[in-house]
Amino acid sequence: MQAKAKSAPKEPDATLRLYRSLRRIRRVEEEIARLYPSDKIKSPVHLSIGQEGIAVGVCDALEARDAVSGTYRGHATYLAKGGSLNAMMAELYGKDTGCARGKGGSMHLIDMRAKVLGTSAVVGTTVPVAVGYALAQKRLKTGAVVACFLGDGATEEGCFAESLNFAALHKLPVVFVCENNGFAIHEPLSKRWATDRLCARVATYGIPAKRFADSDTVAIRKHIEKALPKMRKGGGPIFIECLTWRWREHVGPGEDYDAGFRSKAMLAKWQKKDPVAKAAKALSAKQRAAIDAEIEAEIAAAIVFAEASPFPAIEELGTDVYA
Amino acid sequence: MSMRKLAWPGRIEDGRRVLKYVDALSEAVALEMARDKNVFLFGLDVDDHKAIQGSTRGLLDRFGPERVFTTPLSEDAMTGVAIGAAMAGMRPIHVHIRMDFLMLCMNQLVNIAAKARYMYGGQIKVPLVVRTIIGKSWGQGAQHSQGLHSMFMHVPGLKVCAPSNAHDAKGALIAAIRDDNPVVFVEHRLLYATEAFVAEAPFVVAPGRARVCRFGRDVTIVGISNMVVEALRAADLLKEAGVSAEVIDPIWLAPLDSDTIVESVRRTRKLVIVDNGWSMCGAGAEIAARVAEACAGEGPLQIQRLGFAPTPCPPSPPLEAAFYPNPATIAAAAYKLARPDAQAWAPDAAKAELAYQLQFKGPF
Ligand SMILES: Cc1ncc(C[n+]2csc(CCOP(=O)(O)OP(=O)(O)O)c2C)c(N)n1
Repeated sequence: MQAKAKSAPKEPDATLRLYRSLRRIRRVEEEIARLYPSDKIKSPVHLSIGQEGIAVGVCDALEARDAVSGTYRGHATYLAKGGSLNAMMAELYGKDTGCARGKGGSMHLIDMRAKVLGTSAVVGTTVPVAVGYALAQKRLKTGAVVACFLGDGATEEGCFAESLNFAALHKLPVVFVCENNGFAIHEPLSKRWATDRLCARVATYGIPAKRFADSDTVAIRKHIEKALPKMRKGGGPIFIECLTWRWREHVGPGEDYDAGFRSKAMLAKWQKKDPVAKAAKALSAKQRAAIDAEIEAEIAAAIVFAEASPFPAIEELGTDVYA
Repeated sequence: MSMRKLAWPGRIEDGRRVLKYVDALSEAVALEMARDKNVFLFGLDVDDHKAIQGSTRGLLDRFGPERVFTTPLSEDAMTGVAIGAAMAGMRPIHVHIRMDFLMLCMNQLVNIAAKARYMYGGQIKVPLVVRTIIGKSWGQGAQHSQGLHSMFMHVPGLKVCAPSNAHDAKGALIAAIRDDNPVVFVEHRLLYATEAFVAEAPFVVAPGRARVCRFGRDVTIVGISNMVVEALRAADLLKEAGVSAEVIDPIWLAPLDSDTIVESVRRTRKLVIVDNGWSMCGAGAEIAARVAEACAGEGPLQIQRLGFAPTPCPPSPPLEAAFYPNPATIAAAAYKLARPDAQAWAPDAAKAELAYQLQFKGPF
């Protein structure tokens, strides 16, 4: 586990790389939404459409040896860190070739080769686990860091505070990444937080905290990249709060603006900051077309792979309960 | 570090070393920490001068503060930290001075530790040991005297161990540390001062193997945790009344060796289970059900469960005495099964105090 994970060499041109990653995640999730009504995917999906810029900005700054820990809204985290798309699709279909061999589903994506530590359906639970993984990195002297993604809702759980304190106390290499989309299911921040000064709260633990008001991919990337060398040498954790917008409903493929708890106007406002469109602007039409074509082919192949893959044998019900 | 230096002194009897339960625990950890650099021990107060009732004494000096360290008062997150470190290839031992605090760890233990390997398709393992002590006595009261092992037995993916003597405490703790799964290791405070022959070299008391502590013909008594000690004393009382009791200690509650129990009950047809916990949905219910299933159609069986009174534990001495099974209640229940036609029998009260009352010197 201490060995560097093998992964494809990174595209040297950052603008191409960021666009490819953003566009790929967007299109994968759009395809999941398209396929969902067919009932072939029998797993509750929490789409991150609109929020992709955060996972991509953070993960692009990381190296192969670094790990990420995500939430049940984890497709973007998994893909941005290099998790296998074929294995993810197959997992959504409940197939034996899935990244958890059909025992995880959309909410429990894992890829230890790519150092995706796995996700949890119980809000906040992965935060201390990521911190423990970071503790081990420090003890084993790997120099690796862990990026721990969490939602704004997770910051209300007790173990969030407990984990921040411990990570700061032991100067652990963790990048806490709060994807603040303003809602926990349907409850807005105003009904959950007495103040919105999350970064100020976090800073009192002795953790440098920074808010990104529009979750700009390039700015997030730059911030993380700059912080990493010090963290690798025992500088302790950092925290970022990224304001963002979940374009779709909390769980499922559709929208929820007709439910009345949030407005279409806000969607329009955030769509003007669409991270995918923004990254696309940096490229020529020809460059985009080439990348888009590759992505479409890869997704189509992943769906074929998932559909053609076998379900697990019934004996698999009882395997891996114990190591 | 030589093994001698890692062994605790104890005293010699019949040419063999006798060791206290509490020292057997720290000796087991010391041996494993010396063997495997990835083993570390942490938990609230593990490094303070009282050293978790003495059960972590000596470890800080031997292994240093990187591998033996205290934590903030954050049981929930610290369990997650242990899980994360285990997922990264380390072998944490997380210590709690009271079992009651495991309620704050339930989320991580049940939702993460127990399921991680399964729900991630076998990609990771969680070699974690959670050491936890049942309190009791000296008026510890409702929140410091609970045996909550059955809650963990319920969950696939967790292993549960509750050794009743120093020998098994050492061997089972070594087995737990070497196990690639999360193990909830339940100790009983009243057993800490008890002594047994314990070899100095490392050895394992493997998961899923019960021990027949005493052979008998008329009735099978299964004890759990410190109730093994009380069951053995009940067996002495029963012997005076002409009843031969077989006493079995499951040692590991999950995986549970019901075969050994079933084999015994096939001979005696009579089973008393004495739990150090409530009977409702308890370990005794599971054992009774397994025996009944295994022996179905083989003729009549008699099964009796004993456990905590169905109340929180009161601190007032007479109420507390009535709360726990004791050698007299165990012996009386076993006698009734073994001699259904005889008159009810109760042993001499003076001989029937709980073992610790004969031995234990307070205060906590
Ligand atoms: C411990 C826990 N409590 C409640 C829930 C129900 N629940 C599922 S998602 C969610 C909202 C969490 O919001 P947030 O952390 O902001 O993440 P987001 O869904 O916005 O990405 C809640 C309350 C849960 N899964 N776990």
